[in-house]
Amino acid sequence: MPFSVSVTTSADTATIELSGELDAASAPAFHDTIEKAAAAGVGHVAIKAHHLTYMASAGLRSLVFARQKMGEDVRITVAGATAPVARTIRQAGFDRSVTLVDE
Amino acid sequence: MTTADNRVRIDAYPTHRIAGHHVRAGSPLPFGACLVPGGINFSVYSDRATRMWLVLFEPGAREPLAELEFPPSFRIGSVYAMTVFGLDAESLEYGFRADGPFDPERGDRFDATRVLTDPYARLISGRDEWGAEPDRDRPCPYRSRTVLDDFDWGDDAPLRLPAHDLVVYELHVRGFTRHPSSGVTAPGTYAGLREKIPYLKELGVNCVELMPVFEFDEHDNPRSDPATGEPLLDYWGYNTIGFLAPKAGYAATGRFGMQADEFKALVKELHAAGIEVVLDVVFNHTAEGNEQGPTISFRGLDNATYYMLTPAGDYYNFSGTGNTVNCNHPVVRDFVLNCLRHWVSQYHIDGFRFDLAAILDRAPDGTPLANPPLLEQLAHDPVLRHCKLIAEAWDAAGLYEVGAFPAYGRWAEWNGKYRDAVRRFLRGDPGTVGELATRIAGSPDLYTGRGTTASVNFVTAHDGFTLHDLVSYDTKHNEANGEGNTDGADDNHSWNCGVEGPTDDPDVLRLRIRQMKNAMAVLLTSQGIPMLLAGDETARTQSGNNNTYCQDNELSWFDWNRRDTYAELHRFVRCLIAFRHAHPLLRSPCHPGGPAPDAAGPADISWHGVRAWQPDWSAESRLLALMRSGDEQIYVAMNAHWEPHDLELPRPEPGTEWHLVVDTAAEPTQDIRDPGEEMPLEVPGHYRIAPRSTVILLARP
Repeated sequence: MPFSVSVTTSADTATIELSGELDAASAPAFHDTIEKAAAAGVGHVAIKAHHLTYMASAGLRSLVFARQKMGEDVRITVAGATAPVARTIRQAGFDRSVTLVDE
Repeated sequence: MTTADNRVRIDAYPTHRIAGHHVRAGSPLPFGACLVPGGINFSVYSDRATRMWLVLFEPGAREPLAELEFPPSFRIGSVYAMTVFGLDAESLEYGFRADGPFDPERGDRFDATRVLTDPYARLISGRDEWGAEPDRDRPCPYRSRTVLDDFDWGDDAPLRLPAHDLVVYELHVRGFTRHPSSGVTAPGTYAGLREKIPYLKELGVNCVELMPVFEFDEHDNPRSDPATGEPLLDYWGYNTIGFLAPKAGYAATGRFGMQADEFKALVKELHAAGIEVVLDVVFNHTAEGNEQGPTISFRGLDNATYYMLTPAGDYYNFSGTGNTVNCNHPVVRDFVLNCLRHWVSQYHIDGFRFDLAAILDRAPDGTPLANPPLLEQLAHDPVLRHCKLIAEAWDAAGLYEVGAFPAYGRWAEWNGKYRDAVRRFLRGDPGTVGELATRIAGSPDLYTGRGTTASVNFVTAHDGFTLHDLVSYDTKHNEANGEGNTDGADDNHSWNCGVEGPTDDPDVLRLRIRQMKNAMAVLLTSQGIPMLLAGDETARTQSGNNNTYCQDNELSWFDWNRRDTYAELHRFVRCLIAFRHAHPLLRSPCHPGGPAPDAAGPADISWHGVRAWQPDWSAESRLLALMRSGDEQIYVAMNAHWEPHDLELPRPEPGTEWHLVVDTAAEPTQDIRDPGEEMPLEVPGHYRIAPRSTVILLARP
């Protein structure tokens, strides 16, 4: 399943929907979207990963990239991460950069 | 004033095409692989190579993606440097191939059939999951990788705790949480250790000393279990493959190549809990072994630079492992320095303990140097300026420098003499009281002018018996190591309290508990930096094995069930650490100065025996008491005798009287009392000390 990313902004939240496989090849598209969301100056970036079928380490590292691009006061949440992905995020310590949520 | 034009105006661009890749001459510094705009800069040193190649792999691929030979114009001095454009740093593995003479008598052992690991590799793949059976035929088994500098450190920095305030806790990353009883989500990993930080904080230690975490190959051990025939792993890892790469197999995320992130997250969270991180580093030898060992990196890049060689070109073996790193060669000094700077700047490490550090002051021909340039350089380096430097001040070839290690005002030492003196006293050996006094006072005989923090005091460490086994075994029991019980130290100064090994004799068991408490009480009231071995607070046992380097099993792992079965000991140690933290008098960085200038006032330390002011220094004496005086007063009596004694106590300062804090012979929870709960003595001025016990009194109104 090819990777796709879309962003919608409403009020103070930028919602980024991911689907398909997020890996080294597709990560740059995600990075571009992150930069757009950062430019929009929102206080919350909500990453929806429910339709993500695969997340390679490069994809996980994109979450660190997101943290760096956003101000410290911007909340970044990740919803819909599969159990293995959520576990890896926690073990690598990335859960200090982004918040895993159940939605 | 005009606004700066932020568009990139000057950028590197390819000038050559080699093996299908766009490249240009690179920058010789820094060494290793570094991300630069548009590409990756690779740099490697070799003085004697005749040709050099950069070998690129796709992750996991058996055969190289490309081999790019460095053209002569890409060599500056003896450094080969090339920038390769268009590479994806996150999905790339690499190595080097070096050609040159194979002439061992002249020190050269080039082997162009090998793809070599970059000495400066920031990450290494190949042993990504602990114990997973490797493909032993894979070309270049340990592949170098780049690392992104994108960790979110927030405001974290090394803690810079005063050395005299430290309570060090030596632990093995895997062993600490690998036991099924640990209850963590990722047993045996950095992430697992992170989950146990609340335990460390509650115990009260403020520095963890991690046994080797530089990448090593746990499969590199020729021994097998004599009972099962199964291969034994190198569990401890004093056998480095990559000096800048964190051990991937200790990371739950190692198979994703995220070991650096996971380790950094651990350091950051330890710091947030007020706990420093000291790394046990092994610069004295490498995993390449002797002449028969594998060619991994140094040997194939520049054998004569990196190793100490005899005039005939053989390896000197001051490390006992087959080779000796040529630490005082200028190139190697630079390498060691860069490694340590890397760990301090990239991982926020607070200090280092140097394995067999006496080797670091040997010249290239093995001669001990009076003024070894490496040690001086480390002591004065700007990046390392505030980190702790601790030497294991001996080596495997008889150089023993405890008290004589070139310190440059910076270096502390593992005080092996402290360990032996305390063990012999506690066992009841005759003629030990005098030396015990010296050791408890911070070993002024060894460290005059350096202060008490030059002495890292310990009774047990990873090498040797655990505290439980020190009081449960007269001799080592290392049969499981597959060497017929010939490995490991023989001079353990241990005593089994009457029965060798496990017993259900209640008197023996009570005595063992008391002896463990005695050891902890002496250690934690001594001047100097106390170091505990992880698990000693819960009576961790290795069943008498005093050299568990190859025991990746329950013999070595921290059994968390013992926190309940030995709750009494755990509480005792926790309260004792809190007592040390609460009383600066116990941790003075200055050696005792003798009588106070005001003749009316007490000396900062005074010695006593059964009678106040009358210490018994005779050979048959087995009791020593001391009184520390400063802003407050603390009295400690240690009785290694098998008889009780009626102590006459020195008079405390007017307006105060002695209160009981610790009596290791008392039942729990009377063995150590919480702050404010110290009890006035039944008979002021006197206390009956039980056989083989320790008493601590605090002078209070």
